[in-house]
Amino acid sequence: MRKVAVIAIGYTKIKEHWNLSIRDLFTEAAITALNEAAIDRVDALYVGNMASGYCQHQEHLGALMADYMGLKSPPAVKIEAADASGGMALREGFQAVASGLHDFVVVGGVEKMSDVLTSDVTYAIAMGADQEYEAFIGATFAALSAMVKRIYQHKYHVSDELIATLPVHCHEMASKNPYAQYPFKITVEQVLSSPFVAEPLRLLECSSPGDGAAILILCPLEKARNFTDTPVEIAGVGAATDTIALYQRDDLTTFKAIIEAANMAYKMARVEPGEVDVAEIHDSFSITGIISLEDLGFFEKGEAAKAIYEGEVAPGGKIAVNTFGGLKARGHPAGATGIYQAVEIVKQLRGEAGKNQVDGAEIGLTQNVGGVGGTAIVHIFRRLR
Amino acid sequence: MSVPRYWREIPRRYRLIGSKCTNCGRTYFPPRNVCRECGSKRMEEVKLSERGKVITWAVIYDPPRGFEKYVPYIIAIVELDDGTRIMTQITDCEPDEIRIGTRVYAVFRKIREEGESGIIYYGYKFKPLQ
Repeated sequence: MRKVAVIAIGYTKIKEHWNLSIRDLFTEAAITALNEAAIDRVDALYVGNMASGYCQHQEHLGALMADYMGLKSPPAVKIEAADASGGMALREGFQAVASGLHDFVVVGGVEKMSDVLTSDVTYAIAMGADQEYEAFIGATFAALSAMVKRIYQHKYHVSDELIATLPVHCHEMASKNPYAQYPFKITVEQVLSSPFVAEPLRLLECSSPGDGAAILILCPLEKARNFTDTPVEIAGVGAATDTIALYQRDDLTTFKAIIEAANMAYKMARVEPGEVDVAEIHDSFSITGIISLEDLGFFEKGEAAKAIYEGEVAPGGKIAVNTFGGLKARGHPAGATGIYQAVEIVKQLRGEAGKNQVDGAEIGLTQNVGGVGGTAIVHIFRRLR
Repeated sequence: MSVPRYWREIPRRYRLIGSKCTNCGRTYFPPRNVCRECGSKRMEEVKLSERGKVITWAVIYDPPRGFEKYVPYIIAIVELDDGTRIMTQITDCEPDEIRIGTRVYAVFRKIREEGESGIIYYGYKFKPLQ
């Protein structure tokens, strides 16, 4: 297997892009990345997207985006795994380069959610749950996560105040990043006084949909220095699945797929959780992020929220988490999120992460989840000296 | 939703038909062809328990399309007395009457309707045992 590097990135701000279509968003981010890489060909394109079929009635995104990027007829395909679509697209691109099938691969994620009403966005996102036995009865992702929060708090006796520290942290990070959807600070009091979306989860504990596109360009590590002075190696990948229906799992306070994906990625990269300098985790809801921090091996079960409160996830702490604001404050354009996470880690490892730069960051991790743990994917990145 | 898609699920939604692994005895809702536990493909249909207890629950204030008029409503994961887990709405009670462990039983209810002339969806909900 060949080693694989990221040689260029591109991304848009996440917001409600009323004037841009889904193809405009994707090509804008792709052109930025292609200009940076200055490669003369693209061998394959992978487009991570969750809901274009519902939100735009547009499928066949692979061919559409290849066409509008002006590429010369490469193989191109949309990858869908709910809100892990971006992470899974990256995995596909990695595999294509690592296997020797392709040299220059573009992986992207795009989501355009402002084309439909909010109740339709909720419905579209719920398509990543079990349609016949969860969505049919009126369950939403917020409600599924709320049920996880309730039983987690019951088991570990973690207060609402402590759990609220994750969204507060994410907004603190986003306040220093103009590309985030919500670049402002919030307080624990504001979180706890925001309305319930699905009790016990409140509005400011929930990520929100947005429009955005993010791109990575990959090539074999041995060729990477021809295109950039700061290549970043993808040192480990891991992905796993679990029951798509939350109710079919025995333990609701841990996500088995995250643990399995992380173990695969750590093993492949020969990295221990304690060696990771900076991580982008999947905080689709406060509780999802907290469980992720534990299942990734950064903190003991029941301890993550306290660690956040004590500043251990801020730059300079034990491990810097969600320095782009996380899903909560960067925004959660579902199928693009996995690529936005990778973009931030690449920036951190290049030393280009601006005000939230982690000094001397060498090893970064991204963790992208589809649904309530039905899919999990972990990538580990390494700075090259 | 098309009529056949609704119609084919009726036994499960109206009568709680699940499946049981004839090898290890684990039960599932809805029915499966392969046991997740032991991998056996020898599964048989089984009528599941109509009573159980609440494992966890949430109260929905921000509903998906089609459920707006029911807000707020309760959904829960219930473990039936035969050990099968199911997701369901909890009905005929207020949210503050529910705890982890609350005993509930199955009732037949309207789930929602599809406009003026579309399908009316029915199925199970659960309510607290008094």
